[in-house]
Amino acid sequence: MRWFAERGWSPRAHQLDLLATAQQGNSVLLIAPTGAGKTLAGFLPALTDLAMRPKKRPGEAQRGVHTLYISPLKALAVDIERNLGKPVAEIGLPITMETRTGDTPQHKRARQKLSPPEILLTTPEQLALLIASPDAERFFSDLRYIVLDELHSLVTSKRGHLLSLGLARLRKFVPGLQAIGLSATVAEPDELRRWLVRQGTSPSPLWRGSTHSVGVGAEVESSSLPPRPSGDPPHKGEGNASMAELITVSGGAKPEITILDSEERVPWSGHSARYAIPDVYEAIRKHRTTLLFVNTRSQAELLFQELWRVNDDNLPIALHHGSLDVGQRRKVEKAMADNVLRAVVATSTLDLGIDWGDVDLVVHVGAPKGASRLAQRIGRANHRMDEPSKAILVPANRFEVLECRAALEANYLGAQDTPPLLEGALDVLAQHVLGCACGAPFRADELFDEVRGAAPYAGLDRDTFDRVVDFVATGGYALRSYERYARIRLTKDGTWRVSNPRIAQQYRLNVGTIIESPMLNVRYTRAKGKSGAGSAQSLALRGGPVLGKIEEYFVETLSIGDMFIFAGKVLRFEGIRENECYVSTGGGGNVLVPSYAGGKFPLSTYLADQVRGMLADPARWKALPEQVSDWLRMQQMKSILPKREDLLIETFPRGERHYMVAYPFEGRLAHQTLGMLLTRRLERAGARPLGFVATDYSLAIWALGDLGQMFKAKKPSLAELFDEDMLGDDLEAWLADSWLLKRTFRNCAVISGLIEKRFPGQEKNGRQVTVSADLIYDVLRSHEPDHILLKATRADAASGLLDVRRLAEMLSRIHGRIVHKMLDQISPLAVPVMLEIGREPVNGEANDTLLLEAADLIEEAMGSA
Amino acid sequence: MNIAARELTRAGCETIVLSGMRAVCDWRGVVHFPDLDLLVVSDLHLEKGSSHARRGRLIPPYDTAATLLRLASVVDDYAPKTIISLGDSFHDGEGAARLPEPFRDSLIGMMKGRDWFWVAGNHDPDAPDDLPGETVQELAVGGLVFRHEPSKGHAEGEVAGHLHPCARIVQRSRSVRRRCFASDGLRLVMPAFGAFTGSLNVLDRAYKGMFRNGAPTAYMIGTGRVYPIAGSLLRPG
Repeated sequence: MRWFAERGWSPRAHQLDLLATAQQGNSVLLIAPTGAGKTLAGFLPALTDLAMRPKKRPGEAQRGVHTLYISPLKALAVDIERNLGKPVAEIGLPITMETRTGDTPQHKRARQKLSPPEILLTTPEQLALLIASPDAERFFSDLRYIVLDELHSLVTSKRGHLLSLGLARLRKFVPGLQAIGLSATVAEPDELRRWLVRQGTSPSPLWRGSTHSVGVGAEVESSSLPPRPSGDPPHKGEGNASMAELITVSGGAKPEITILDSEERVPWSGHSARYAIPDVYEAIRKHRTTLLFVNTRSQAELLFQELWRVNDDNLPIALHHGSLDVGQRRKVEKAMADNVLRAVVATSTLDLGIDWGDVDLVVHVGAPKGASRLAQRIGRANHRMDEPSKAILVPANRFEVLECRAALEANYLGAQDTPPLLEGALDVLAQHVLGCACGAPFRADELFDEVRGAAPYAGLDRDTFDRVVDFVATGGYALRSYERYARIRLTKDGTWRVSNPRIAQQYRLNVGTIIESPMLNVRYTRAKGKSGAGSAQSLALRGGPVLGKIEEYFVETLSIGDMFIFAGKVLRFEGIRENECYVSTGGGGNVLVPSYAGGKFPLSTYLADQVRGMLADPARWKALPEQVSDWLRMQQMKSILPKREDLLIETFPRGERHYMVAYPFEGRLAHQTLGMLLTRRLERAGARPLGFVATDYSLAIWALGDLGQMFKAKKPSLAELFDEDMLGDDLEAWLADSWLLKRTFRNCAVISGLIEKRFPGQEKNGRQVTVSADLIYDVLRSHEPDHILLKATRADAASGLLDVRRLAEMLSRIHGRIVHKMLDQISPLAVPVMLEIGREPVNGEANDTLLLEAADLIEEAMGSA
Repeated sequence: MNIAARELTRAGCETIVLSGMRAVCDWRGVVHFPDLDLLVVSDLHLEKGSSHARRGRLIPPYDTAATLLRLASVVDDYAPKTIISLGDSFHDGEGAARLPEPFRDSLIGMMKGRDWFWVAGNHDPDAPDDLPGETVQELAVGGLVFRHEPSKGHAEGEVAGHLHPCARIVQRSRSVRRRCFASDGLRLVMPAFGAFTGSLNVLDRAYKGMFRNGAPTAYMIGTGRVYPIAGSLLRPG
């Protein structure tokens, strides 16, 4: 350390702590806010060790990689090389440092294999690839440290599962390997501490804690875990053997957050926050540089348009989101770093971890959906931790006012609500098993032990593991007809080996867990397509510059001549050719905004609870804008406000229909699932339900039958209707045909290696030839419903798109606490969700009704033939 | 099977007339010619699963079972005198040889007591191993001609497969894509019947010049029903 001090480097306390802990041979987790010098701290043990390491003597064998740095983003790895490489070179440390990402040229990768750098900066996918190469063990034989950056964001996804398995494999190569995790503040640091080190053989609390014995979750009931041997010691909660050391740096100056208090009327529903545009623009004018965050890319496009509409001063305001062309994004980032922009509208994609220059105001448009998420976003803007960040929250509707208020209070309390970690996905395990076999032959017993050392898989039972291996070998089908086509084979010496070198090639092309929905390039053209529903006219389109990428499913609903907003411009759709969407400059008419899947986060459990608490306590309404507290007082008069733990159900007639509105505050996904299940039950009870719509806060169902009278007569009672048993058979039956499950299956099928990844361009022409995941799903479900991949799919859907866990928690919470209020008319609290009816598509399958409508058009036109 | 039941199963079918012959497009993906007592099915692609498995893609081995089960059900319903399998009956040349015994038996059972023609396809140009039935390049019956690949240009009275037609419409901002029969009243292109067969939009350039007026009418296959959709409503992609 003196070595550094002599060169004028004065490390911060936590950096020294981390160094000392690492030098004792421990793995360590560093939790610190942005700007605390986290990354440098992570590298300190490696730099110190390398500085003291004797020089390689001539003739000495080539050394392997000393330190591995894993980042979720290749851009971040490149950034680190630049930012760390400079000081290292300046103080004269003779350390070699290189990146290895998908962009690294083949010759450089080959050279890295032969003569590895001391520090390798890379991504989880590249690590998986390195592990799957035959010389992996030698390549990593000198490894001392693995530094995992942005660990909090990595661990919540399947990428994290793959990385945890990779880490387990590295520990097998190098038992003394020390892991250094760098993370933002999280709700449960112990989960990350376990994640960093090898887990014992007893089931970890993580696995058991996330187990539900309901519905689709029943797949992982504790009973399916192997009985523990009698002599097994109880799980060591704090023992260093199963958790990394923890170093926490408390936050710097508390941010100054306010909620926009507009003179304008806050809308009942919607997400555009259009009412606030003049106020937001004013705020931009008053600050040097403003960063405007939104939740989705469509909101980003809209906000950008609206700001420019009022931008009378022609302030330089830019747009930045993940679908824009990379070159365009780099330009915006550079302009931002050079401080030539006054504002940037951005989605909070991770690539914002990079330097953003002198931002003095963050505006968050729309509710943050989670307290930790808000803290991380605000934190990103300010890279100097000792100065307070200044932030304004702009709620887009009235419920969001409550949510923003709750998030703000949570922020001052330092409350954290990052989601709990999930158990390791089986499709990811299948990918890893094949990867291991591509690297070297393995013994099932040893690999099972190794895999259980990874925290997400600590509770994996042997039977499931064996089924995964069987799946990798022959597809794992009950009909054993693929033995002769096995990808890996059990050989006489008891090891599993790849049966054919071609398998390893296929594996390398399909590695990773990120499945993007098919995208089309958006390209300018001068030629105009013919108006009207496009037929197979030849598009004589001349290509211009590419603006970015857009989801194919959005483009598919466009007709030539339609206008839509993209990359901050109004574009006219001219047609599709190959994998490109051709556009020209548009304007006027009815302009569409592409909606993107996956941009919407559900409201966190913590914030939901806070919002319920605020509703129940009129004393806290003082903190709310008057129009919002008036709204709540009206609700009190016309209906009731539920107690914090209660579930309020209102029923009322309207038009020819009867409505019920429930207020669980459990997020859109859980409400959607609840809506599906309740409509099934109401159907059976003879209520003739017609549809439902779900928001983050409430759920509305409408029916022909008088729902209020039915509940009053207890036919059925609300307690029966909301009984937890709905997560059993009803859920199974509904899921069987659900498009949600098909979509989930598609991802599992690709990740597990059952079908190959699709690459841009091959899609269109490939449709005839490739076997679609949907068809495989249908056949598999009817012939082998218990197949391991269907099991993985159900578990995935339960935790993902369906949010069954949250629904289960809610149903158990409201047991005996349902409050029914029969009304003659709609209540103030019900207005927001009622306004969504007709705006949100009523959820459903791609249905025949649409075909029928189209077919009827012909009959109408032609008369009955 | 009695007459009433047979009429019932035809519910949801659409009848078109080709060269004076009635052709009933059944929502289960086959065409029945009542005047000829003939049932036509196209692109079964049997053993596609095992064909992929040979190359290390271990998709489920249940496609043949699923396809034959559906086929048996329509064959039972119509009990036709003649059946034509319009090419690509097997996914590859060795498909018939790989056919597991129970499936071979069920196929032979379906062939019993009727004429069965295997039209040669690009995936299976030769006669299938060890199976009865007559293998032909193409077949002319009652003013109609049955071949695997559609001929270029207009072709009155031709019934073909090969292209796996599907169609797409957009209704209320939602996109629906389904397999379909494609016809302009002169010729008919049949949907693929196999459980693992993909499909190609009828507006794709592969269909160029085949139909008079450009786009054909698409008889889109829904649940329990065929929906005739005018060419002007169809969308590419």
